[in-house]
Amino acid sequence: MKQNKLIAAIKGLLGAALLVGMASTAQAADPVKVGFVYVSPVGDAGWTYQHDLGRKALEEKFGDKIKVKFVDGVPEGAEAERVIRELAADGSKMVFATSFGFMNPTLKVAKAFPDVAFNHATGYKTADNVGIYNARFYEGRYLAGMIAGGMTKTNILGDVAAFPIPEVIQGINAYTRGALAVNPNIKMKVVWVNSWFDPGREREAAVALMDQGADVITHHTDSTAVVAAAEEKGKYAVAYNSDMSKYGAKAQLTAVTHHWEKFYTDEVQKVLDGNWKPGNVWGGIKEGMVSLAKISDDVPADLKAKVEQATKDIAEGKLHPFAGPVLDQDGAEKVPAGKNMDDEALAKMDFYVKGVEGKLPK
Amino acid sequence: MGLDAIVLILVATVAASVPLILAALGELVVEKSGVLNLGVEGMMAVGAIVAFAVAVETQQLSLAALAGALAGALMSLIFAFITLTLMANQVATGLALTLFGTGLSAFLGLKYTSVALDGAKAMTIPILSDIPVLGKLLFSYNGFVYFAVLVFLAISWFLYRSRAGLVLRAIGESPSSAHALGASVIKVRYLAVLFGGAMAGLAGAYLSTAYTPLWAEGMIAGRGWIALALVVFATWRPARVLIGALLFGGVTIAQFHVQGIGIEIPAQFLSMLPYLATILVLVVISRDAGLIRLNAPASLGQPFHKQGH
Repeated sequence: MKQNKLIAAIKGLLGAALLVGMASTAQAADPVKVGFVYVSPVGDAGWTYQHDLGRKALEEKFGDKIKVKFVDGVPEGAEAERVIRELAADGSKMVFATSFGFMNPTLKVAKAFPDVAFNHATGYKTADNVGIYNARFYEGRYLAGMIAGGMTKTNILGDVAAFPIPEVIQGINAYTRGALAVNPNIKMKVVWVNSWFDPGREREAAVALMDQGADVITHHTDSTAVVAAAEEKGKYAVAYNSDMSKYGAKAQLTAVTHHWEKFYTDEVQKVLDGNWKPGNVWGGIKEGMVSLAKISDDVPADLKAKVEQATKDIAEGKLHPFAGPVLDQDGAEKVPAGKNMDDEALAKMDFYVKGVEGKLPK
Repeated sequence: MGLDAIVLILVATVAASVPLILAALGELVVEKSGVLNLGVEGMMAVGAIVAFAVAVETQQLSLAALAGALAGALMSLIFAFITLTLMANQVATGLALTLFGTGLSAFLGLKYTSVALDGAKAMTIPILSDIPVLGKLLFSYNGFVYFAVLVFLAISWFLYRSRAGLVLRAIGESPSSAHALGASVIKVRYLAVLFGGAMAGLAGAYLSTAYTPLWAEGMIAGRGWIALALVVFATWRPARVLIGALLFGGVTIAQFHVQGIGIEIPAQFLSMLPYLATILVLVVISRDAGLIRLNAPASLGQPFHKQGH
């Protein structure tokens, strides 16, 4: 740990020295300013950390051609509008707003700055200078579900979930369908904590699930508490957002991770080339926006091979996590055999598939 | 539901109630001396980050717990100075302390966000921990839990069996009478506030180094306010604080078990219960003036001016 910090400090010093050197030599073109707005502190893992990896990739690729600024820990609401406005007024050519709740503030500021390109993550409203982007997290969830289904001994899976919104429900359902694909006997238990981030409650929910027999648990919340709880109790966990093996070296089977690097570099390239247009990107395994972290050595080779095949099939479009027949909890058919659920239905998902226990809170 | 399941729920309940027990017992002593410190949430936050930082840097959990308690005490010293020496309004100062502590902890914690830490392990006691059921129920916790029990016993003895406790209660009832009898009102109140701060800091340390061994901004998540409500709920009696904390902790744990089993009670309703219970207790005791007079410190929240200045 200490050594890492030392290395980081040395790197920082070297970087600063390098920047000073560059500033004196390269003053031909002013760098293009790019701004990022984060909802939480960057930290070492989690939603914002993954976005920050994308920011670092930008700096690495474009060097002194751009100047990147980020503001972290920005609450969703009025404060966000102030921060976004400041970034735009500061001369940023492109601003990335990386949380759902930044949607309306972004649109409001975008109106006042028609020459600035805005990109908003996980939202659904666009404008002449506001694009949106999101990832098909559920594809990664399906693959992780296969691993969970293959590894459970009790046939009970558990999920600590934040809020019953479509994105989270997609994850629960895809994970359950993935698990059922390798193990038709599993049951999925979901506990809602009604918070994106409350380590104490996340832990309590995880412990409750394990006490009720779940031996592989996952989460759709932002802290590392669930993985840490599984490690403590000697059970397995599937992490979300980031690789959390640091918090659960034995517990973590794999992690469904997010990757924004390519999207960010592509978008900034377009701004540099002067041909940016607002887009609507929803990429998944194929685009590399979602993937699985290293699969634990506890997972047997044949299961690993199955998951790798499924990964390939999803990337090639041969396998869809919601390929029909999709049945809901009560057995009613939501998607007929031979068809895949379309994006519109996916974006509005409001039911549990067969295999999930309990009632979905309305 | 089998016996094992019930034991597991009870064990989880105890673990969830420890921060409430520590913080509420501390606040109980503060309020018994006639001071109302609403800064519990902020003191817990600062205690949590300081303990976490010390734990990461030294890997010494007992040192970390001590540092957390000290940090809480330091925070409460600010409160004590403003309200006892400068005689500012206690409610406003307490609220300010919570806001300040929450912000300060976030600032101090910048470089510790999401750092991994091996948390406090359960202490296994030879023979005792191996007794079926009882061993798991009574002897499977980390040091904080046993310490909380010791603190409870110590405070119960101190308040009702010791002379110093009598003086403290007398000051809480009528500071001017106590002063006339030769008690040092301001000094005793300072000590009580410092003790309350240390306990809040320790409760924070438990959260960040034992319960969920990590630091995250906002991780106290309202537990300081529950602790404050708990003191009223318990009508200022240590034993009722203990029972109330277990009840409040039990409600939190129950809401997750209920969901997992698939019983339909909205989780939000269950999270509301502790507060609802506190309001109910307030209503009940306010209808019976005798009950309040029995336990509630009469001078609660009022600054004390020495006569004859």
